[in-house]
Amino acid sequence: MRHLLSTKDLTRDAAIALLDTAEDMADVADREVKKLPTLRGKTVVNLFFEDSTRTRVSFEVAAKRLSADVITFSAKGSSVSKGESLKDTAQTLAAMGADAVVIRHSASGAPRVLADSGWIDAGIVNAGDGTHEHPTQALLDAFTIRKRLHGAASRGRDLDGVTVTIVGDILHSRVARSNLWLLTALGAHVNFVAPATLLPVSTEGWPVELSYDLDEAVDAGPDVIMMLRIQGERMNAAFFPNAREYSRQWGLDDERVARLPAASIVMHPGPMNRGLEISAGAADSPRSAVLEQVANGVSTRMAVLYHLLSGAVEL
Amino acid sequence: MTARQVLQQADIARALTRISHEILESNRGSSDLVLLGIPTRGVILAKRIAAILDSIEPGAGTVGSLDVTMYRDDLAKNPTRAPGPTEIPAGGIDGKTVILVDDVLYSGRTIRAALDALSDLGRPRAVRLAALVDRGHRELPIRADFVGKNLPTAAGERINVRLLEIDPVEEVTIE
Repeated sequence: MRHLLSTKDLTRDAAIALLDTAEDMADVADREVKKLPTLRGKTVVNLFFEDSTRTRVSFEVAAKRLSADVITFSAKGSSVSKGESLKDTAQTLAAMGADAVVIRHSASGAPRVLADSGWIDAGIVNAGDGTHEHPTQALLDAFTIRKRLHGAASRGRDLDGVTVTIVGDILHSRVARSNLWLLTALGAHVNFVAPATLLPVSTEGWPVELSYDLDEAVDAGPDVIMMLRIQGERMNAAFFPNAREYSRQWGLDDERVARLPAASIVMHPGPMNRGLEISAGAADSPRSAVLEQVANGVSTRMAVLYHLLSGAVEL
Repeated sequence: MTARQVLQQADIARALTRISHEILESNRGSSDLVLLGIPTRGVILAKRIAAILDSIEPGAGTVGSLDVTMYRDDLAKNPTRAPGPTEIPAGGIDGKTVILVDDVLYSGRTIRAALDALSDLGRPRAVRLAALVDRGHRELPIRADFVGKNLPTAAGERINVRLLEIDPVEEVTIE
């Protein structure tokens, strides 16, 4: 694997290989010495043009556990978000000898530009680009689902026949898009539930079923229900009347979570708006896998960095 | 090139039985023994040796597996390898005598990686090495304590160990 830009590029086998590696990486977290020498001498640059806590820290921990050197570069507030400057930044990093660049950018496609431009030779990991994709989030979600369903026997398994309902701001969600491609590749069945204003204009050709009613979706008893964050920073138009109405219609409240089957998994990519798209009761219920998602993020990103950086360079 | 059989099923069984006795002899009993197989076939051999130990001295031989992929020194020279599982028995390895089990001992680099991996997992009292086949050509100052068969080879030859658990036949061949 040269870059990880989109889960659309991942075949079922490649995804399972990544998840299996993540299983081995997860074991490292339980050891006394939480470090592997695998990427010693490699430099990983975290290039964050957009705010992030868990993804940035998670990538940093992942790279450090593999003994890579990590440089975290937050471009917030500077003028580097223009095209030409991205080029300059990339060339600077190339000159410093970066082996991998983890990039988050508010512009969809920025990681692809970096990968295809020839400005820098490093492996590129997309850590979220605009409303396009967030592949490592989808991988950690798939890992979390698989782990909940199969426990210690997860290795080599796919998600055949699992139903996943993704609820909320699909329009702006890179998490929903990445999950759709990955979970479908792994054999799961994905549904989107959202107000009509928060669905993309066209989902033609997407392997997904759309609906507008959360109550119906809950009563259908999905194996997984994934709540998306209402992204205040991207709410530049009136997508719904007000927060209370959204919460009543499309929020996962205590009453709805109680109607889910006992084995259903409640997920949220974080950060949560408690009381808006998810109630505190739902977020802290035994069905909730929110904290597992965070813990699994480190193992999954270790697996991605390992697959990107360990092998011989493919030309 | 044609493959030549050097060990048959019965030979492998006899070698493992002898290795088991040697382990008990050198350890003066079965106390604090931990067998760690190196994936893939080392794990199978470790399980078999543990079963033999158990039949000689009941309760002997806890067994686990030790994956060394992440510690190899040739990762950058080959396509990405998928790591295998590491399972350390519940008692851990601190203060125990660890017997590393592998199918073929060749350059010694796998064992070097295994020693590094072990030191991240704990501090065994002693580490020993058992190999079904020692084919020579060491590149590091490493030797096996327990050897099933010494097999002088040329560097261009290949040793194939096949075990019934995962292969259709059980044999060791040279080609």
